Amino acid sequence: MLIMGLMSPAGQRTGSPRGASFMKIIVPIKQVPDAVEVRIKEAADTLNTDGVPQMLNPFDLFAVEAAIQLKEEKGGEVVIMTMGPPQANAAILKALAMGGDRAIHLLDPAFEGADSWSTAIVLAEQIRKMEYDLIICGRQSMDWDLGQVGAELAELLDLPQITGVRHLEITEDGKHVITHRVTEDGYEVVKARMPVLLTATKGLNEPRLPNIMGIMKAKKKPLETIDAATLGLDATQIGRNGALSKTVRVFPPEKRKGGIKLEDVEPKEAAKQLVEFLAKKGAI
Amino acid sequence: MSEHKGVWVYCETDESRLKRVALELVTTARDLADKLGEEVVAVLIGNDIERHAEGLIWQGADKVLVVNDEILAKYTTDAYSKALANLIEAHKPSILLLGATTNGRDLAPRVAAKLKLGLTADCTGLELNDKKQLLQIRPAFSGKVMVELVSPESRPQMTTVRPNVFKPAEPDDSRTGDIEHVKMQMSPDDIRTEILEKVKEVVEGMISVDEAEVVVCSGRGIKEPENLKLPEELAKLLDAAVGGSRPIVDLGWLPPTQQVGQSGRTILPNLYFALGISGAVQHTAGIRGASLIVAVNKDPDAPIFELSDFGIVGDLFEVLPEIIAEIKRVQSER
Ligand SMILES: Cc1cc2nc3c(=O)[nH]c(=O)nc-3n(C[C@H](O)[C@H](O)[C@H](O)COP(=O)(O)OP(=O)(O)OC[C@H]3O[C@@H](n4cnc5c(N)ncnc54)[C@H](O)[C@@H]3O)c2cc1C
Ligand SMILES: Cc1cc2nc3c(=O)[nH]c(=O)nc-3n(C[C@H](O)[C@H](O)[C@H](O)COP(=O)(O)OP(=O)(O)OC[C@H]3O[C@@H](n4cnc5c(N)ncnc54)[C@H](O)[C@@H]3O)c2cc1C
Repeated sequence: MLIMGLMSPAGQRTGSPRGASFMKIIVPIKQVPDAVEVRIKEAADTLNTDGVPQMLNPFDLFAVEAAIQLKEEKGGEVVIMTMGPPQANAAILKALAMGGDRAIHLLDPAFEGADSWSTAIVLAEQIRKMEYDLIICGRQSMDWDLGQVGAELAELLDLPQITGVRHLEITEDGKHVITHRVTEDGYEVVKARMPVLLTATKGLNEPRLPNIMGIMKAKKKPLETIDAATLGLDATQIGRNGALSKTVRVFPPEKRKGGIKLEDVEPKEAAKQLVEFLAKKGAI
Repeated sequence: MSEHKGVWVYCETDESRLKRVALELVTTARDLADKLGEEVVAVLIGNDIERHAEGLIWQGADKVLVVNDEILAKYTTDAYSKALANLIEAHKPSILLLGATTNGRDLAPRVAAKLKLGLTADCTGLELNDKKQLLQIRPAFSGKVMVELVSPESRPQMTTVRPNVFKPAEPDDSRTGDIEHVKMQMSPDDIRTEILEKVKEVVEGMISVDEAEVVVCSGRGIKEPENLKLPEELAKLLDAAVGGSRPIVDLGWLPPTQQVGQSGRTILPNLYFALGISGAVQHTAGIRGASLIVAVNKDPDAPIFELSDFGIVGDLFEVLPEIIAEIKRVQSER
């Protein structure tokens, strides 16, 4: 574990000693249902994911790991933050077990039914009360795959944003980030002055697995629970009421019908049948 | 809300080149606008981009708004979101479509938050309901569920649309329309990110999986990097792109641009080969749009067979050379 923490994402080091640039990092995380277990048989107004195992959004693991690595290198504090139901506590504990220092759970029945906008509103309201150098989100959530909360949050906080970051370093003066931002055909090297909001993607690091010590410590780390009233948000702005996008219907995707499957057929014969099939379909 | 009129398309350019998805979306916008009785407006933001305006009119736009400025030569969130948000505020469209590209998905939520708009990313279908609201249709949960969304209150109704879903119409060069140049007050101080360098990782001569009609994709079943010459040979015969599952890319056997799946590319080819790929949901999330899926796997219970139109249970090192030989034979007879 320690070894992982000592490696910077690209193995490049500026060698700045601990304490030289104490960094305050906020990592917004989301608990998501495991897609493998999600099933829908017929059309409905909403998707019921009750009983589906939950996990910490995989892209957020990159964000948490990046924050912890920076803290280990520069010194600082990593604050984990989520808006979610009581069971999202499991995701918080995982991030704390990896090495987050403390957590904020934005918890209120009124937050339910949020879209990305009414999620970003709540996160922004809390973050405005805090000091930070960096906010690191995941590039997108693995459930809805929207990838909107990060940029919306950056706009609400009037911060520069760099989305899809797969390499991150801090300049020697401790004031800027230099990142590699994934593009369609490669990446861009993008620099920005902190505070800045990043969204983390695959390649940024190898997220560590929490060890037993980490898991035990996590339960004792400070965890603040904050509701809508404390934030000073009224019910019309948040959750389902504040959402600008509404789900009309969820339905199963069109099934592919009865594919051909050849078993125990000689390779030569199988190849012949395949090529005939493809030619008939006009595919080759 | 009734004051909001016009179906807008943000026509993305990359280093002054127009992205194909812009043509796809103008075609779709034309269709929506005809049903609504509104105009199609194409928006061009960048540097040295006026030359695309006429083609966008031929494609179906009634009007093209051009914001041309040297400061916009490279995409930056700050400058582009300011330009687009200003245009929207001034003209009040009813619908705004953007391509769900890397930059489209960076720009759209920023603009949405500036103007407090609902937004749905990465749509694969667009329709109008009986209230003439835009129905935004997209997959969720790795493609296991489809969702239909509306933005009942905020205007424009804004979505990013996945490239390659809609087919661009044949351009009609007899169409006419207005081209309007818009000046923006923009200073370098508005831009808080600096692009130091752009690095292309696409390997010379390698066809991109995003654009290819045929994709030949290998998984862990390929065993050794040297064995990739087999799928490469098949790909060559079919002018196909060579893709890989995540493990293959993580091992460095193929560049990240060739990874197919949820954390790689979502593709919509006519024909897709899954060779030695088990068919994990994160992989199949990327291929559900393929017209035909062919799978070769030695495990008869591999989940990929549930999705494939033609599956062969067998050792790919025995089956693939036969497929290659058979295709060569058929091609030589043509
Ligand atoms: C119309 C609609 C209906 C929905 N219905 C449901 C539903 O029935 N059940 C359900 O569970 N979800 C539902 N969602 C999804 C969800 O409620 C919000 O959209 C969500 O909170 C924002 O997630 P996202 O997928 O947009 O995140 P993205 O924008 O994809 O997330 C990017 C990053 O933002 C951060 N982030 C996102 N959400 C949070 C959060 N809550 N707290 C802290 N950080 C966060 C994370 O760093 C994450 O990696 C629905 C979404 C929509 C649009
Ligand atoms: C957050 C997240 C994101 C992910 N994103 C992606 C993604 O974008 N793309 C992606 O691909 N994966 C992704 N994955 C990984 C995914 O879950 C699977 O692990 C991965 O797709 C498996 O790759 P594979 O099919 O090549 O390997 P395996 O699952 O190991 O399958 C190998 C297959 O080859 C077959 N085989 C072996 N030898 C032969 C032979 N000689 N002949 C024929 N068949 C043979 C085996 O029967 C087996 O079915 C993601 C996972 C997570 C958690």
